[in-house]
Amino acid sequence: MTDIATWIDNEVKTNDVVLFMKGTPDMPMCGFSGRATQILQHLGVPFKGIDVLSSNDIRQGIKDYTNWPTVPQLYVKGEFVGGSDIMMEMFQSGELKTLMTEKGVA
Amino acid sequence: MAMSATDIERFIKEALPDAVIEIRDLAGDGDHYAANVVSAAFKGKSRVQQHQMVYAALKGRMGGELHALALQTSTPEN
Repeated sequence: MTDIATWIDNEVKTNDVVLFMKGTPDMPMCGFSGRATQILQHLGVPFKGIDVLSSNDIRQGIKDYTNWPTVPQLYVKGEFVGGSDIMMEMFQSGELKTLMTEKGVA
Repeated sequence: MAMSATDIERFIKEALPDAVIEIRDLAGDGDHYAANVVSAAFKGKSRVQQHQMVYAALKGRMGGELHALALQTSTPEN
C-alpha cells in the first residue's frame, strides 16, 4: 500500500464518518460536495470533512483507494457508501438514515 | 474537454449491450450529464458496483474528460 493509501486507510478506519470532498463542510467548493455535506448535516451526523483540493496526492489517492473516479466520497465505519448520487438516492429512500442508525453514528 | 451524449451512450452500450440508456445534458457544456441506465447485468450488484460498471465502460473518462455524471442505475422489471 502506498503512503497515501495507508494515510487514507487510517483516516477512514479511525473516524466514524468521513467525507472526502472538494472544499470544507463550511465552504464546499463544488455542488456535489455541497449537496453531500447538506445531507449529512440534515441527518445530524457528525463527520470529518477532508478537502481533496488541499493535496493532489489525496485527490488522486482517494480515487485509487476505492476505484471510484469522483469526489465526494462518503465512508461510514471504514466502509465506502458512495458518492453524491448514491447518497442522495439513499437519503431520499430513508436508507441512509437507517444505515447511520445501524452503525451507531447518528 | 467535453463529451457528447452519443459518446457516453456508445461507451456504455459497448460494455453493456442490453442497456437501456437515457441521458440528459444538465448544463449544455458537454461536461455535466445525468444518465439513467437499465441493464440486467446489474442484477445482484450493489449500487456502488453498478456505478463502477458504468464508470469502467467510460474507460477512465469519468472525472477527467467528463466532469459530472449524475447516475441512476437499475435492473429491468421482469
